[in-house]
Amino acid sequence: MAYDTLLRLALLDLPPAMSLSLDQVRRIAELARIELAPGEAEQTRDQLNGIFALIEQMQAVDTGGIAPMAHARDLAQRLREDRVTERDRHADFQKIAPETEAGLYLVPKVIE
Amino acid sequence: MIHASLKELAATLAGKKISSVELATLFLDRIAQLNPGLNAFITVDPEKTLAMARIADARLARGEGGPLTGIPLAHKDIFCAEGWITTCGSKMLANFLSPYDATVIERFKAAGTVTLGKTNMDEFAMGSSNETSFYGPVKNPWDPAAVPGGSSGGSAAAVAARLAPAATGTDTGGSIRQPAALCGLTGLKPTYGVVSRWGMIAFASSLDQGGPMAKSAEDCALLLNAMAGFDPRDSTSLERPAEDYARDLEQPLAGLRIGLPKEFFAEGLSADVAQAVEAAIAEYRKLGAVTVDISLPNMKLSVPAYYVIAPAEASSNLSRFDGVRYGHRAPQYGDLADMYCKSRAQGFGAEVKRRILIGTYVLSHGYYDAYYLQAQRIRRLIATDFSEAFKTCDLIMGPTSPTVAFDLGAKSTDPVQMYLSDIYTIAVNLAGLPGLSIPCGFGAGGRPVGLQIIGDYFGEARMLNAAHRYQLATDWHTRRPAL
Repeated sequence: MAYDTLLRLALLDLPPAMSLSLDQVRRIAELARIELAPGEAEQTRDQLNGIFALIEQMQAVDTGGIAPMAHARDLAQRLREDRVTERDRHADFQKIAPETEAGLYLVPKVIE
Repeated sequence: MIHASLKELAATLAGKKISSVELATLFLDRIAQLNPGLNAFITVDPEKTLAMARIADARLARGEGGPLTGIPLAHKDIFCAEGWITTCGSKMLANFLSPYDATVIERFKAAGTVTLGKTNMDEFAMGSSNETSFYGPVKNPWDPAAVPGGSSGGSAAAVAARLAPAATGTDTGGSIRQPAALCGLTGLKPTYGVVSRWGMIAFASSLDQGGPMAKSAEDCALLLNAMAGFDPRDSTSLERPAEDYARDLEQPLAGLRIGLPKEFFAEGLSADVAQAVEAAIAEYRKLGAVTVDISLPNMKLSVPAYYVIAPAEASSNLSRFDGVRYGHRAPQYGDLADMYCKSRAQGFGAEVKRRILIGTYVLSHGYYDAYYLQAQRIRRLIATDFSEAFKTCDLIMGPTSPTVAFDLGAKSTDPVQMYLSDIYTIAVNLAGLPGLSIPCGFGAGGRPVGLQIIGDYFGEARMLNAAHRYQLATDWHTRRPAL
């Protein structure tokens, strides 16, 4: 089929599969707020590079003029009336929090 | 009784031949006996189950029962259920006692069903084998060396082993259909927006959809009747008139046009699965259907596009797990950022972390256009392939999974191989279409094979009709594992 031929031709013109550096992996983990154990960055990089090699297949496709599809049904976000509909369950929700005091969630001191 | 259909169970309950408490006890006893080997349930709480059964019995005694009143069900541990620990298969939520019910749980409560327990699943629904669960892998009841599929693997194993008459699942890239296929069940992913996502712990919000997993298409129709419906609390819930999904079950199939995408029968499909699926299609021809050759030329791009879109949405959704309001908090930490980083590093498993990292990367400055927007454009190409195909056919059929259930451990160290096992299911989620899997035979090692039936938007009743007529003509769906 013509499409397959096109795809194969396009793949030949692709730059080599992108690969992440260790610094990039560490930076992504920092952005994602996930601590990496010593040595974990190497293994993570190798696995992510394998996954990105799969993802790179997308780059061979010319999608010029195609509108991005953010949502399965191209729906407009529904709006509701601005009124109180839920009852206050503050205490129920805080019961399962790691640490609270006087109705507030406690975290380490942010401002000295 | 453990093999009975939901309709038969409802009739037995209505005829007072058994009480809901007795029925629940029967299944709780089976869970106690068989779950230690299968690991299909994360949480079982007989006291809560029996309390619900007593309420159902009182309702039945008043003559106020509906078609599902008193019937016990298992729920995937992704659905928040008030007063039940709801873990989503993660250490992150090991202590999460849900303070509220998901809409799906609320609707089943209103229908009078009884919760048998919360089923095991891949962590945050990220997996195709149930091996990423913090609570250990689930065994396939057909063969303890095999995976049950995922992510709704606990629900699939529970129903296949008759630890529950039916169960709920969720499907983001195949997580209802693939385990249904691998465990010999009927499982339906509805059109996106038909079942409320409220209280269903989010993985990839534009793809996630809840649905039923059961022993037959008829059971799935009855369950979907209870699950489906508009919910103002889910911003993508569709406002449509209520449907009876069982209304067309008995319709004849004469003249039904079945599209066979050549991409579903190409390289990569194992011979045993191909043989069972082709035999099923021959059966459909005998039932009066005609087959049409179709093409979904962009289908091969569905896996790459999915592994951009789903992780992108997951990285955003899972940012809520920060050790502040609920879930795991590291026992020791320095400042606030350190608390986040340690809590998340300890609370999430390897696959979840991988997907968060992919998502964070593809959404980051400088890469957004090349990955995320490109994936969304491909998503439109895939959806357009389907709408073109549905101009010449009523339903699309093919395999659900390229192979029968693989062995535990066979793919768990190679994420890409694991991802490719969803090659036939992912495109359906990207397009938002409904998809169904029904048992259609057995392949290598006597492991079940699933036939996938894809419908156009809101085609659930038609798909269930096609599945039901097949199940009247064949008996694959009645086969059960020796336990």
